[in-house]
Amino acid sequence: MLAQPVLSQLEQIVGKDNVLTSKMDMVAYSYDATADMPKQLPDVVVFPQTSDMVAAIVRLAREHKVPIYSRGAGTNLSGGAVPLKKGIVLSFQKMNKILDIDPDNLSAVVQPGVIIGTLNAAVAPHGLIYPPDPGTVATATMGGSAAENSGGLRGLKYGVTKDYVMGMEVVLANGEKVRFGGKTVKNVTAYDFANLFVGSEGTLGIITEITAKLIPAPKYRRTLVGTFKTLVDAGNTVSGIIAAKVIPATMEIMDNMTLCTVENSAKIGLPTDVEAMLLIEVDGMSEDVVMAEAEAVQEAVIKNNGSLRVAQSDKERDELWAARRNALPALAQLNNTVILEDATVPRSHITDMLIACQNIGKKYNLTLGTFGHAGDGNLHPTILCDKNNKDEMERMHKAVDEIFAAALGFGGTLSGEHGIGMAKMKYLKDEIGESGVELMRSLKAALDPDSILNPGKMVPAATEA
Amino acid sequence: MSTSTESPVRPEEGKEARKGSYFEELELIRKELDKCMKCGNCMAVCPVYGVEKLETSVTRSKIAIAEAVLDGQLELDDPQVYAMLFNCLVCKSCMSNCPTQVNFERIMLALRAALVRKNGLPWLKKMIFSTLNNPKLFDAGMRLGALMQPLVFRGEQDGRAMAPRSPFTVVGKAIGMDSERLLPSTTAKPLRERVPEVVQVQNATMKVAFFTGDSLNYFYPQAGEDLIEVLSANKIEVHIPKEQVCCGTPVLVHGDVETVRKLARKNIDAMDKTGSAYIITGCGSCGNAWQHDFPELLADDPTYGERARYWAERTYDISTFLTKIISMRPPKGRVEQVVTYHDPCHLKKGMQVSTEPRTILKSIPGISFKEMKAPDACCGSGGSYVLTHYETAATIGKKKADDIVQTGATAVATGCPACMMQLMDNMHRCGQDREIVHYISLLAESYRKEKEAEN
Repeated sequence: MLAQPVLSQLEQIVGKDNVLTSKMDMVAYSYDATADMPKQLPDVVVFPQTSDMVAAIVRLAREHKVPIYSRGAGTNLSGGAVPLKKGIVLSFQKMNKILDIDPDNLSAVVQPGVIIGTLNAAVAPHGLIYPPDPGTVATATMGGSAAENSGGLRGLKYGVTKDYVMGMEVVLANGEKVRFGGKTVKNVTAYDFANLFVGSEGTLGIITEITAKLIPAPKYRRTLVGTFKTLVDAGNTVSGIIAAKVIPATMEIMDNMTLCTVENSAKIGLPTDVEAMLLIEVDGMSEDVVMAEAEAVQEAVIKNNGSLRVAQSDKERDELWAARRNALPALAQLNNTVILEDATVPRSHITDMLIACQNIGKKYNLTLGTFGHAGDGNLHPTILCDKNNKDEMERMHKAVDEIFAAALGFGGTLSGEHGIGMAKMKYLKDEIGESGVELMRSLKAALDPDSILNPGKMVPAATEA
Repeated sequence: MSTSTESPVRPEEGKEARKGSYFEELELIRKELDKCMKCGNCMAVCPVYGVEKLETSVTRSKIAIAEAVLDGQLELDDPQVYAMLFNCLVCKSCMSNCPTQVNFERIMLALRAALVRKNGLPWLKKMIFSTLNNPKLFDAGMRLGALMQPLVFRGEQDGRAMAPRSPFTVVGKAIGMDSERLLPSTTAKPLRERVPEVVQVQNATMKVAFFTGDSLNYFYPQAGEDLIEVLSANKIEVHIPKEQVCCGTPVLVHGDVETVRKLARKNIDAMDKTGSAYIITGCGSCGNAWQHDFPELLADDPTYGERARYWAERTYDISTFLTKIISMRPPKGRVEQVVTYHDPCHLKKGMQVSTEPRTILKSIPGISFKEMKAPDACCGSGGSYVLTHYETAATIGKKKADDIVQTGATAVATGCPACMMQLMDNMHRCGQDREIVHYISLLAESYRKEKEAEN
C-alpha cells in the first residue's frame, strides 16, 4: 500500500477524480493482453492530462521509490503493462488530444493516449495516412505503440512505428522533461533519442508527446491470393516476388492448420487441402505501376505451381481478406489459452521456419497454427492450450523455447513486433549475448538509477540473467 | 449447495438441461469467462468505455473482475463491483466485435442474478434508487422510469401488475420525481385497449400474433396501430391477446430471473391460445426476449421449455416478416421525407435485423434515405441505464445526435420504442428536434396516402 501522503499528493497533482485506488479498479489494471502471464494489482491508477502532471508524478514516485508503469490501452502482447512490482499505473487514456495536423510538413503531433485509428481518421481528409497498422489499430494508443515499436501488416513496404516517429517529448526518471526531433525530415542533432525511446517499453522514460510522420495515402491497390500444395512453393513465391523487384504492401501467409481452422469456423470456402495460402496486396500512386506489379505477382504465383485468385472489386477484396482477418479469432476459439508468438526470421527462411514450427507442434503434441507476415519474415506461431492442463502448459513452454531457438538459428530475432516485456526476457542473452544485456543494464542504470520505470520488464536484473 | 424452493423440477442432467442454469449457479459462467483473451477489441466498440475511458467500463475488465469474484478475491456485493455491474448498457456491441465470441450478455445477467440471490431484490432496488439523487436525472428518469416498473412492482405475483395505467406516478414517487414534462404522452389510451383482440381482414392469407411489449403499448400506441394496419394491408389477420404481459427484459437486466420466467410462461400461454403461425414484434428487446431469453431461461422447464423453443423459431421483427416471410405489398403513396435509420442494439446485435428496415424505408416513394455515420452505435438508452448513469448516457446520446444532424435528415426512423425515447431526448437537448418515428409508421403512412389517392 502507498502511504496516505503519497496518495494525497497524487490527488493534488491530477485531481481526485483521476486517481483510482479501490481493489476492484486495481483488478482491472492488473493485466494486459498477454496470455500465461502473472497478474499483479497496482496500488493506484492515475490519469494525467499534461506532461507537467506526468513530471510531477515521476518526481513524487522517485522521492518515495515507487514503481511507475505507463499504460496506453493495455493491448500489448509481451506482458509489458503488468504492474509487476505494484506501485503506480500511469494511464494515458485521458491524455488523448491530437495537438496538430500539418499537411505541409507531412506530420502530426499527438498526445500519447490518441488511438492509432483516430489519428488515421483525422488525417484521412488530407489524403494522408499514418502507416503502422498493428492488429489493434482501433484500440491501441500512439504512446503504447511507440513504446512497444509495434509493427503490423504493412511492415514490408511501409516499415514499423520507429520509421514514423520524428520527435518526442519524454519525461525522464528524474522528473525532467526533454524534447527532441521535430517536423524536419533531416535532423542529426544530438543522439538519435527517438530511436532510443521507441521500443523501450516504458523502462527508460515516459513518452508524453509524439511528432508522427505521415505519408500520402496510396491511390490504387490490387489484391491477390495464391494457394500452394507445398510450403516450399509458397516460400519460393515470396522470394520470386521480391526478385521481380516488387515490394507488396502486404504479403501474408497462413498454414494448413490455420486455413482448416478458419474454414471450419467461418465457412468461407477456403481450400483445406493446400499447405499454404498467400494474401498479397500491391499498392501505389500510379495505376500502371500497380497493375504491372500485380502482373509480376501473378507470374510468380503461377510459376511456383500456385492457384491464383485476383479480387476484381472491393467486395472480392473483402472476401480474400476474410481468411486472414479470421486467422487469430478462429484459432483462439479452439481453447482457453492463446500463446501468440512473433518470432521473426530473414525472409529467405520463411519456409524453414514454418516447417520448424509445424515440427515443434507435432513433437510436443500441441495444437499449433502459424500465420503471419511472410513479406517481412515475421511469423505468428500460435499455440492453443488449456491453462488448466498442467502437462500441456509444460509442453507449451518447451515448444516456445524451441521456437525461439529455431528463429535464432535461422539468423532471426525473438520478437518482430510484440516486444520483450516479461515474456521473452529470459531469451534475451541468446540473441544479443551477455555483452548486449550488459549494455541494456548500463543504459537502464544511467537513465533510471532507482529502477522505478516499469521494473521487471525488458532488462533482466543481474541475478535474473 | 442450497436450492431455492421455487426452482423448477430439474430433469436428468445433460448438456441441454444445464444450459440455462448459470442464472442459478454463478460458477457455471467460468467457461464463458475463460473464452476471453483480454485482447481489448471490446474497447473499440463499447459506448460506455468510449465516454469514460476506464478499464472498469469495458467488457474485458468486467470479465477480469468477474473472475476475481469467482476466485474469492472480490465480493459480488462490494459497492464498487455492484456499480461496475450496472455500468453496462447490455447493448451487445462488444459481442459483435469479440474474436472469441464471448457471450458477455449472459455473463452480465448471470452476475446480476447472483447479486439478487445473494442480497435480495429490495437491496438491489435500494442501491439503484440510491444512484438517482442527481436532479439532472429528473426528466430522463421520468420518461424511462417505466422501463423499471416491473422491478418496482415485483412484489405482486400476478403478471398484470406489470401493467398499471400510470407507472410514472409510482416510480416517480419512489425516486423523488413528480413531473411529467418531456414524457411521451401517457394520457393516451394504451394500444391493447385501443384495438380488438383479433383484427380480421378479408381473404386473410395468414394469422399472426402481435406481441406489443409495454413500450409500444403505453408510449407509442400509434406505432403499434400502424404495425397492425400494415399487416392488415398485407392481408394478415392479427391477434393481439390482452393476456400478454411485459417481455421481462427490464427485469432480467436487474437479475430477477424468476419473475422473467413467470412472465415468459404467461406470454407463451397467451400466444399459444391464438393459434398463430408467427409472433410479430416491433421492439428489438421484446423480439430478442422471445428468440433468446425465453428458451434459455425455460430450458429446464418440462412444459414450457419446448414451447419457448417453438416460438423462438417463429418470432420475427415486423420488418423481417414483411420482407422475408411474406413479400410485402410495395408501397405507392409518397412520403416526402429525408430519413436516416438508427439500428437499435437489441434489434441488430440481438435479432440480427438491420437490412430489412432499410429495405422497407428505401421502398417508400418520396423517401430520400441517408445513412448516418455509425448507425449501429448505441443511442445510450440501455433501458434504465440512462436513469442511473445519466451523464455517460447523455454523452453517448450527444454523439448519436451529432451523427443524425450531419445527415440532414428530417425524420429519424428506428425499430425500438426505448431508442425512440432516447433519440427524442438526445435531439431535443442539442436543440435539433426531429421527427422520431418507428419505421413501420412511415410504411403505414405510405399505404394511407396510397389509399387517399385512390379515393
